[in-house]
Amino acid sequence: MGEMEELRKEMENLKDQITAARKTFQDSTLQEAAAGVTVVGRVQLKTRKTLRGHLAKIYAMHWGTDSTLCVSASQDGKLIVWDTITTNKVNAIPLKSSWVMTCAYAPSGNLVACGGLDNMCSIYNLKGKDGNVKVMRELAAHTGYLSCCRFLSDTEIITSSGDCTCVLWDIETGTQKTVFAGHQGDAMSLGVSPDFKFFISGACDFTAKLWDIREAECRQTFGGHESDINAIGFFPNGNAVITGSDDATCKLYDLRADQELLTYQDSSIMCGVTSLAPSKSGRLLLAGHDDFNVNIWDMLKAERVGVLAGHDNRVSCIGVSTDGMACCTGSWDSFLKIWN
Amino acid sequence: MSSGMQSSSSMAQARRVVQQLRMEASFERIKVSKASSDLMRYCGEHAKNDPLLMGIPTSENPFKDKKPCTVL
Repeated sequence: MGEMEELRKEMENLKDQITAARKTFQDSTLQEAAAGVTVVGRVQLKTRKTLRGHLAKIYAMHWGTDSTLCVSASQDGKLIVWDTITTNKVNAIPLKSSWVMTCAYAPSGNLVACGGLDNMCSIYNLKGKDGNVKVMRELAAHTGYLSCCRFLSDTEIITSSGDCTCVLWDIETGTQKTVFAGHQGDAMSLGVSPDFKFFISGACDFTAKLWDIREAECRQTFGGHESDINAIGFFPNGNAVITGSDDATCKLYDLRADQELLTYQDSSIMCGVTSLAPSKSGRLLLAGHDDFNVNIWDMLKAERVGVLAGHDNRVSCIGVSTDGMACCTGSWDSFLKIWN
Repeated sequence: MSSGMQSSSSMAQARRVVQQLRMEASFERIKVSKASSDLMRYCGEHAKNDPLLMGIPTSENPFKDKKPCTVL
């Protein structure tokens, strides 16, 4: 009994220490530093393409690294690979389980992955010999739903799950290489750093965590949100993290200062954030919401500079292509739209 | 499960949390002013290569249907 009480006290002391340490490095704020910066002019993007074909809610999309192909997942039980310029469907892959919540495109373009309420991450080979797309591997070990997955390469993938853990898998052997435990709520989303050395996860414990992939440890934990974090992404230079939450706000955390720099919120925005993506320079933040819209923020000034209104239901996923030329949104209205 | 085993697993969990917090407390931080100026500099240096920010001329937009022109 005595040791438990001591451990609890030490936990509280350490949390206070961290709060105090962060404050001593808060010699300014990003708001003050950016006071002389002019707000970006109004951003008006137009729908250039509408990708039609899914028959039910779209839950996830991910751009291929060529900035032309993308993959989307819908609860109609299909994974579709699209040529976003011609709007042609390059592949339409039927899934064993229609309860899909996430999908990912490997950087090589050879593989796609998906998963959901089946608790598994299924890997598909797009470049099989006979031209048929088949399941290459089924990664099973999570005891909760698969919320997100991202490839490191053709041989490694990271998953996040409703079982509160994230896992690094060896695709060839189908085994878990590392289990990243620490979140005290469902892990909802993950993002990989530009140098592939770290990943970040956002969870239903209202925190975001930065993980060192090879050292297999949690380096930093960021709090402040007042509800589940549904979306997370790296700022393009890998030095900051952006989160989106059910509390209707997005936050920017700097990794080297180990603290929150800005909150993106507006009293008129009352719906949770479902998805987010920064533009190529990081100056713009695009955030998808439950209220069918995407809000565009000037990331340095925390001012809303645009809205993408075009979907007839919740925007569930968003992504900016690698070359920064276009933004893709996916919705429960079953359509994907390409904007620029 | 005896109460002894239950308390030892939550004890192990608590020890892990304390160990993690100790590691996070010892993190070497930089000042917010430096972090902010680095972010601002990155945005500034890469702005001209950000199509969504700068706008895309029609002739260079692969997603825009280019209608053929007829000379009358």
